[in-house]
Amino acid sequence: MAEQDYYLEMRSISKEFPGVKALDQVTLQVRPGTVHALMGENGAGKSTLMKCLFGIYKPDGGEIYLNGKKTEILSSSDALANGISMIHQELHPIPFRDVMENIWLGRFPMKGIGPFKFVDHSKMYRDTEDLFKQLDIDLKPDTLVGKLSVSKIQSIEIAKAVSFNSRIIVMDEPTSSLTGVEVEHLFRIIRDLKAKGVAIIYISHKMEEILRISDDVTIMRDGKKIGTWPAAEMTTDLIISKMVGRDLTHRFPERDNVPGDVILQAHDLTSPVDKSFKNVSFELRKGEILGIGGLVGAQRTELIEALFGLRELSAGSISIHGKKVKIKSPKDAMKYGLALLTEERRTTGIFPVLSVHENGAIANLDRYMTPYLLLNEKKKQTETNKMIEKLRTKTPNTKALIMNLSGGNQQKVLLARWLLTEPEILLLDEPTRGIDVGAKFEIYSIIADLARQGKSIIMISSEMPELLGMSDRIMVMSEGKMTGILDGETASEETIMRLAAQH
Amino acid sequence: MSTRRIQEMITHNAIYIVLVVLIIGIAIYDPSFIGINALRDVLNQSATRTIIALGVAFILITGGTDLSAGRMVGLTAVISASMLQIQDYPRRFFPGLADLPVIVPVLLAIAVGFLFGMINGLIVAKLRVPPFIATLGTMVIIYGVNSLYFDMDPNHSQPIGGLRPDFTKWWGSGSIGSGQYSIPYIVIIAIIVAIIVWVIFNKTRLGKNMYAIGGNEQAAKVSGINVSRNLIWIYSIAGALYGLAGVMEAARTGGATNNYGNMYELDAIAACVVGGVSTTGGIGTVPGVLTGVLIFTVINYGLTFIGVSPNWQLIIKGMIIIAAVAFDMRKYANKK
Repeated sequence: MAEQDYYLEMRSISKEFPGVKALDQVTLQVRPGTVHALMGENGAGKSTLMKCLFGIYKPDGGEIYLNGKKTEILSSSDALANGISMIHQELHPIPFRDVMENIWLGRFPMKGIGPFKFVDHSKMYRDTEDLFKQLDIDLKPDTLVGKLSVSKIQSIEIAKAVSFNSRIIVMDEPTSSLTGVEVEHLFRIIRDLKAKGVAIIYISHKMEEILRISDDVTIMRDGKKIGTWPAAEMTTDLIISKMVGRDLTHRFPERDNVPGDVILQAHDLTSPVDKSFKNVSFELRKGEILGIGGLVGAQRTELIEALFGLRELSAGSISIHGKKVKIKSPKDAMKYGLALLTEERRTTGIFPVLSVHENGAIANLDRYMTPYLLLNEKKKQTETNKMIEKLRTKTPNTKALIMNLSGGNQQKVLLARWLLTEPEILLLDEPTRGIDVGAKFEIYSIIADLARQGKSIIMISSEMPELLGMSDRIMVMSEGKMTGILDGETASEETIMRLAAQH
Repeated sequence: MSTRRIQEMITHNAIYIVLVVLIIGIAIYDPSFIGINALRDVLNQSATRTIIALGVAFILITGGTDLSAGRMVGLTAVISASMLQIQDYPRRFFPGLADLPVIVPVLLAIAVGFLFGMINGLIVAKLRVPPFIATLGTMVIIYGVNSLYFDMDPNHSQPIGGLRPDFTKWWGSGSIGSGQYSIPYIVIIAIIVAIIVWVIFNKTRLGKNMYAIGGNEQAAKVSGINVSRNLIWIYSIAGALYGLAGVMEAARTGGATNNYGNMYELDAIAACVVGGVSTTGGIGTVPGVLTGVLIFTVINYGLTFIGVSPNWQLIIKGMIIIAAVAFDMRKYANKK
């Protein structure tokens, strides 16, 4: 194929973050009028590559060619001006404004004389109608966006991309919250766009979709490009085998915990929310590390938050030490010996403006109550600070504000917070997310140590090596359903991936 | 000490420095400002405001706000005054009422404040109405309740006067000692309240929970804190403090009308933010609030003392509020 056959060429793109080589000489070539699937595990570098294309990150090396011309993209508005649009997995519309205002935001058509210019609503209405007709979208331009379903909002985003005359549209997991019918509509729009010569870069984990809609497939692993193949030559097995497979030695501590009796039984747990988890049953043993694997949207976080009393259950039961328990609030959960390290450290974990010490002590204040309602400050200080120190938290002192610590050290303070409550069961949701490699090993060692002491651990992780390296057993979820429980010794990335992509 | 350390020291003690600079400035203009009489006057004028500001501080630290504080002061001032008139006053609120022990109406007024505070807390915690709106609503409601009470037969919206001297002395204008070296009772009350509030903030579970809720409500919930119950307690305690302030306001001035306390909440919020309480929650100390209150009293009293027109005083006050918060924003922005 001659070089001008490609509308977009990203040549040898490299990007380094402190301690990680996120992209290593990655080349991506996209033909006009095709769907190009970009695949890889979480952390393979897909999003980083797309952020380089969209001007959010500045690559450390490499060049971008558009239609054969070398182009520098310095910002998102640069990208849009060059005909590149991105439809993010998480959509952020302005809910209380109507459809057309969301589409033309920042570039409203104007009318008027001299300095007296007003927004030309009727032109905006007509333009939007034309756009929708062109894309076969059935929506009135003056509907409030807040009333629309996710799929409708997504079609607005696509219309917006088209209105920019985009030649390249990046779609990041576009079907993650769509129903079957809605997916068909999206695919119809994608085929129309293809016919108009638009190139689509399609990021998804769903094999079946990829094989149906895409023309080419590029696979990435660990920040490197593995290769590009015509989709017609690929199979699910082939894709998975190219996505995984790497050295697993020495990234994880030695584990010598011995799982004992069953401590927690979850039976038929079901969420009242329609698309959330359904009929999930599992057991957890004393001193066991149970990993939970799955793709984004598998409802793993929702499941363990329900265990901890942060979400409701519509059906199912939980038994601890063989006795049925009702957990309606985190307080209840703590009473039964549960602790939860949440996924979003910033939004649901730390108190940024409070000190390291107060952050560590907050879940454990009951223990320091004395008569007359006062706290035993001395005991609180000693015990909390000792635990924070024991986990080897690096902080100038425990009076420092936690927001000034690194992610790994913040995580250790949060672990200390929960260990102080002397839990029997720790629920860890992506415990090493956003933490650099060195600190990860330390967190793994702490987890392994806790299991050895007989604590039971449920660990959600989106990183395959972490699941395989740390778990005694691995439960895999897909779209809210449990699709299997694997033995940690014999499981492989392939088997996990197959179960995770089942629904 | 390096320049950086000095800079840091100034940033962290800015409000104390502002207070000292203000006093020195006024003293240079008129040295007679420095003296025991001016000190007593400043403290005397700060007493009620301190108690209101401490109540508001509870709520600001949780990340909320309280617009109903002033009207609660008005309501509780009227309630306490209406029950503590001398027997031979010509227009008694309750003509046949016997002389009650002073403490009974005082506790009743505090209880009324506590109750309305609890209502604020319930609206915020249970109905999830944003505090600004919730307390805007109760602010208007409390004024209505107060005006209805105030208009009752036979009072018909007449200012309540003729308060018993044993009430106005102990809760208002009286002092320990005499002459130059006397200490007003209300200053002593304010100091005791400040100590109690300091203990609550720093030594109790409620205080720790208050900072946590303001610092990150979601994280507080995950940490097993019953956010609603704590909020209801905090709003109730703040209400009780407004009740106490209402009593003192009636006793200090020797009377009450339904318009007492109008807009006091704004002065209290201003004193808190100047004193370093963050309106986004999680940050604030008792010494900071006290200093904030003192800064405003010194401006009022000191600038009047040296003859600056009250109109100019307003302009200076407004600028100090904005400057203080702008400065605070920088302090935390730098750390991100």
